[in-house]
Amino acid sequence: MWRVLPSAVSTCYTGKSSHMSIIFQIIAFDELRTDFKNPIDQSNPTRARERILNIERICNLLRRLVVPEYSIHGLFCLMFMCAGEWVTLGLNIPLLFYHLWRFFHRPADGSEVMYDPVSVMNADILNYCQKESWCKLGFYLLSFFYYLYSMVYALVSF
Amino acid sequence: MSGFTNLNSSAGYSQNSTPNGGAAPPYQNGPVQTYPSMYPPAGYYGAPPQQQGYSTIPGHAAPAPNKAPITNNAHSANYYHNNHQQQQQNHLPQHHVAPSPYSAPLSSAPPSQPYAALPSAAPPPTNAHYNQQPFQPHPPYATPGSYYGQQSYHPSPAQQHPSLVPVTASGPGAPLCPIVSYPSAPGSSQYGTLSSSQSTSTPVGIPTQMVGAPLHQYSAAPPPSTTAVQPGYGVGPPGQTAPTVVNGQGSTAHNAVHQRYTQSHQASLSYDSYSGVPQSSGGADTDQPPSGTPSTSVHSSPGHHQGVQYGYVANSGASSASATTSGPAAAAAAPSSSSSDDDDEEEDEDEEAGGDTSSSTTGSASPVPNSYDSLEGGSYPDSMPPSNDMTNQAPPYGSYGYPSMQSAYQQGPASHTDASPSHDLYGQSSYQQYSKPFPNLSQLSAALGGLSGVPELEVEALRPVNLLQERNLLPPRPLEPPEPNVSSDLKKVNCSPQTFRCTLTSIPQTQALLNKARLPLGLLLHPFRDLQQLPVITSNTIVRCRSCRTYINPFVTFLDQRRWKCNLCYRVNDVPDEFMYNPVTRSYGEPHKRPEVQNSTVEFIASSDYMLRPPQPAVYLFVLDVSHNAVEAGYLKYFCESLLENLTKLPGDMRTRVGFLTFDSTIHFYNLQEGLSQPQMLVVSDIDDVFIPSHDSLMVNLKESKELVKDLLTSLPEMFSQTRETHSALGPALQAAYKLMSPTGGRITVFQTQLPTLGAGALQSREDPNQRSSAKGVQHLGPATDFYKKLALDCSGQQIGVDLFLLSSQYADLASLACMSKYSAGSVFYYPSFHYIHNPAQLEKFQKDLERYLTRKIGFEAVMRIRCTKGLSIHTFHGNFFVRSTDLLSLANVNPDSAFAVQMSIEDSLADSSLACFQAALLYTSSRGKRRIRVHTLCLPVVNQLSDVYAGADVQAITCLLANMAIDRSVSSSLSDARDALVNAVVDLVSAYKSNVSNLQQSGLVVPASMRLFPLYILALLKQKALRTGTSTRLDERVFAMCEFKTQPLQQLMRMVHPDLYRLDNLSDQGALHLNDTVVPQPHLLHLSAERLSRDGAFLMDCGNVSFQDYLFMAHSAGLMFVSLCETQSHIPELETPLSERVRAFLDWLQDNRAFSYDASAKATLFQHLVEDQSEVASSYRDFLQHIQQQMSK
Repeated sequence: MWRVLPSAVSTCYTGKSSHMSIIFQIIAFDELRTDFKNPIDQSNPTRARERILNIERICNLLRRLVVPEYSIHGLFCLMFMCAGEWVTLGLNIPLLFYHLWRFFHRPADGSEVMYDPVSVMNADILNYCQKESWCKLGFYLLSFFYYLYSMVYALVSF
Repeated sequence: MSGFTNLNSSAGYSQNSTPNGGAAPPYQNGPVQTYPSMYPPAGYYGAPPQQQGYSTIPGHAAPAPNKAPITNNAHSANYYHNNHQQQQQNHLPQHHVAPSPYSAPLSSAPPSQPYAALPSAAPPPTNAHYNQQPFQPHPPYATPGSYYGQQSYHPSPAQQHPSLVPVTASGPGAPLCPIVSYPSAPGSSQYGTLSSSQSTSTPVGIPTQMVGAPLHQYSAAPPPSTTAVQPGYGVGPPGQTAPTVVNGQGSTAHNAVHQRYTQSHQASLSYDSYSGVPQSSGGADTDQPPSGTPSTSVHSSPGHHQGVQYGYVANSGASSASATTSGPAAAAAAPSSSSSDDDDEEEDEDEEAGGDTSSSTTGSASPVPNSYDSLEGGSYPDSMPPSNDMTNQAPPYGSYGYPSMQSAYQQGPASHTDASPSHDLYGQSSYQQYSKPFPNLSQLSAALGGLSGVPELEVEALRPVNLLQERNLLPPRPLEPPEPNVSSDLKKVNCSPQTFRCTLTSIPQTQALLNKARLPLGLLLHPFRDLQQLPVITSNTIVRCRSCRTYINPFVTFLDQRRWKCNLCYRVNDVPDEFMYNPVTRSYGEPHKRPEVQNSTVEFIASSDYMLRPPQPAVYLFVLDVSHNAVEAGYLKYFCESLLENLTKLPGDMRTRVGFLTFDSTIHFYNLQEGLSQPQMLVVSDIDDVFIPSHDSLMVNLKESKELVKDLLTSLPEMFSQTRETHSALGPALQAAYKLMSPTGGRITVFQTQLPTLGAGALQSREDPNQRSSAKGVQHLGPATDFYKKLALDCSGQQIGVDLFLLSSQYADLASLACMSKYSAGSVFYYPSFHYIHNPAQLEKFQKDLERYLTRKIGFEAVMRIRCTKGLSIHTFHGNFFVRSTDLLSLANVNPDSAFAVQMSIEDSLADSSLACFQAALLYTSSRGKRRIRVHTLCLPVVNQLSDVYAGADVQAITCLLANMAIDRSVSSSLSDARDALVNAVVDLVSAYKSNVSNLQQSGLVVPASMRLFPLYILALLKQKALRTGTSTRLDERVFAMCEFKTQPLQQLMRMVHPDLYRLDNLSDQGALHLNDTVVPQPHLLHLSAERLSRDGAFLMDCGNVSFQDYLFMAHSAGLMFVSLCETQSHIPELETPLSERVRAFLDWLQDNRAFSYDASAKATLFQHLVEDQSEVASSYRDFLQHIQQQMSK
């Protein structure tokens, strides 16, 4: 029975929080990227305020989601470890390390974790973030089904 | 093109040779006949007859399309005639006078001089300006004067130029556009000077000028107006008179031309017409009513023109009105009088426009003059009747005095050159040559194909250089940017390298090729640079690509007369009706002759589409630190003095507002409301929750409250002289400033002398002095708090730019403070250990910088968008701004001294195009409250061979881009990372070149000749304050150097990184430049190594930089006239020896190109700049090369 628990919990969590968070990220980056409405309007001074606020808001939201996402994922890994799900853990370890690296290897400017509003609009950073979130989405999706399968399998074999 | 011509011909334009036609109305056509009658002799002076004549002309054109070209020709011809006649008949004396001044050598056109330059500097700039003109490939729109005047001249010059000066296109500084840009704020004053100078000249050649001077809405002051006129106009006459000016060719050509001219003219009866009754011209107008006023004349013109107002303002100053009048109004439907009025208003607002009078007013005053003005396109001052003219001119003359005269003369030559070509053309009727200014794509590609046989330049650039063997790498003269390998037609119109530069002047076709080359791809931009000439275009519709919104530019392709193909996205767009009309030639159906298509740098006056709110006024807020520390340093007095001096020169108009705010541990506001007897100080001591004590009286209209402001500035230094308050509440003060400014936007100037210690944004000292020289990584390059960054973002959102002057003797955490400028597009100035007594060098620098700062041009609420050809994508920006979108930079303020860098990658293969284009469009509000768009377009070839990529590499641009990248790296990662990356860049290049290109199995370091200086520059970079290790460097100075790297324009940066060293004691006139009447010797560049110095020589090091010492002298031993100079002396005694004169001429020439002036020097810094030598911790150039070689063999 105890073997089912991690799978069940992680299924729920991956299904909900991580997905939600990543999907939100993707949407957010998309919003950051698409600023074209009326190009003339875009050059307008009054639009500037709105736009900058928007960027700041999005970055704030993104930043707020970073820690929950990373910690939940860390929690999974911990549970997998406790449950002795070595295979699953092995699958998650790379991402765990990536998260650790990402979290600690941030710009020297200590006050911002990442998604700095002043640099996020640089196309290379934006591209990187966008790619990252798509990859993560894929990973979480696959792992969701894998967990589901594991849970069902565990239930059945139980 | 052929298609084009055919079309035209079919249309009946054929005679004009459509392509050129616009530009150079062919004289050959016998326009004369038609017109002669039109032109009254008195014409230039605005004699009524002439005016009428002009007006009539348009009328002619309108009715019969076929005739239209002729009319144009006639016009030009007429102008000429006028000029000639004037000169010949009236102005012989003038001629004599003029020639001498003209003597100035045309060839040596100094790079653009800063307009804003101090008033004193004014005369030189003008000179430079003129000199440059010859270079310019496209004089066309050029002369400040109106379009109109130039029209006739301009086309021909452009065409001919190539022959005269083959290199023109690439010419160093030569701005393409003849037109004078509006001077920067200070410039306005200068502008005035210019105009004055012109006016002075005018008096001499008065009659001619009058005639020719098309534009001239400057008119407000009669003298200015005349001046304005002259430039365009005057050119012709002076040029003719002064043969000496241009190369012999020009002058000779002129003469010949003249003769022909005169002959032709007479034949054509043009003279007769002149002499003839003025009224006859009026009569000539078939369509138009006799009344000379433009408004009346209008309707006869072709329908399409009527609605449209094309204002081509030659000068920025030139008002739209002038343009309208000159172009459409005269030719076709004259804009209604009301329209002209509007234009005039605009003009007045324009910075340049000195003239107050509106054309409309003039019109009402004297019908004749009006018509003249309108026709000419220049609004002549009201009192333009010939008699009046004389009088008017006279006063300016006297008032301005001779100096102005000189400038005028100088102009003359330039104009002269332009004119001469035109003459030739006319005489020769060699129209066809010119007829294909803008080749189609096919032609372009063909031209490129022709280049496939590697040109000599390329061969030279590719010559393998073994760095270990060649010791003399430096060119004798400062390095010129490489020329893009495109056809000569494109070269002529390409953007000036000073404004727009690409690291690779040959763009690799694919990312793979780029990776192979191991060179960074990027752009270096200096978009708001002070330009001497800038075509300003007013038009109802700004033609842009419908899908990518690219502005139409010289590199688009016209498929036929009605369609053009965007060069960035390749979409086919329609040519709007308005665009079909060319105000330059007043002809229809020549869209490729429009100024937008003739110049790669143009400025549009934006229509109301480009603004949601009315353009903001110029608003300046000064935030001054008055704590004990600040009083000790003593900057306040000098600041107040400087501001008092420059109060009237602050860029702005009637709406300009200023405010002051001082702070120590509290915040002091100053009520300067008009009507108070003296300024009121309001103290807010609640710094945790700052509020604004009074909303409408703190930021006051400068004009209305000038006396109070002056009072305040006089009393301010005394007010705080006894203060004992040591705390600094910078954060709250900035918050207050933000609140104060947020309704309007504008510029906040912050003076800070210590670490902020109170309230929000308080900082702690993070520097450990013992670690300054430690090699183990420099900490704290990033901000300690995001308070300043957030504040900057808020400011940026409200269109507020924050500029920081940091004058501190101790650590003040510039890394944090600089954020307030970095993200609000401000600028940072830093004066380490500033003290008004103990550090006179810094004080002097502070004063000079401040003067430049206060008077330089400024643009508000700006955005800059950079577009590039499909397939290329921009991914990283460097500079001070906020990135609002992936290709859009938000600049709360933009100033002429800030530059930007951009990194790019190649996303899709560029195989299907032979050219790659880049366009930077800067939309801003001028200090006169006008929305303007400055557009720069750069066109580069695409290549698919690695060797071609190397041949086109621009080593200076690459170095600067790498420096920017290294700075980013050192902040985001670590300094040592950044340094390694720089070294690796060299290693990569050498190994890539070795493995891919060079077939020789040479040992040693082989690089292409185009990149031979690369290792040297990188080594120099590594020894810069920003990036060096091992040497004791204060954190603030390091951070400031980093800021500089991010924002300085390339020329400044390169001088900072690798200063130019000259030997001065053996200057000779060999190979000297001839500028105006001075001879500027051109000494050879020396390597920066102590072995090049000797005890018995005098050397000059030009580190042209704002923050560092600029000129360093070493003089030892006797025998030199300036032996008395000690190393720390920054001023050169003015001795009457030839050598001394040469030295001074050379120094002046160097200095002409700088925005900020220079200060004293010290011996230690000289050796610090000898980058090729070994220092305690850094290796010498030889060692560095050895190191590279080792790295490679690993």
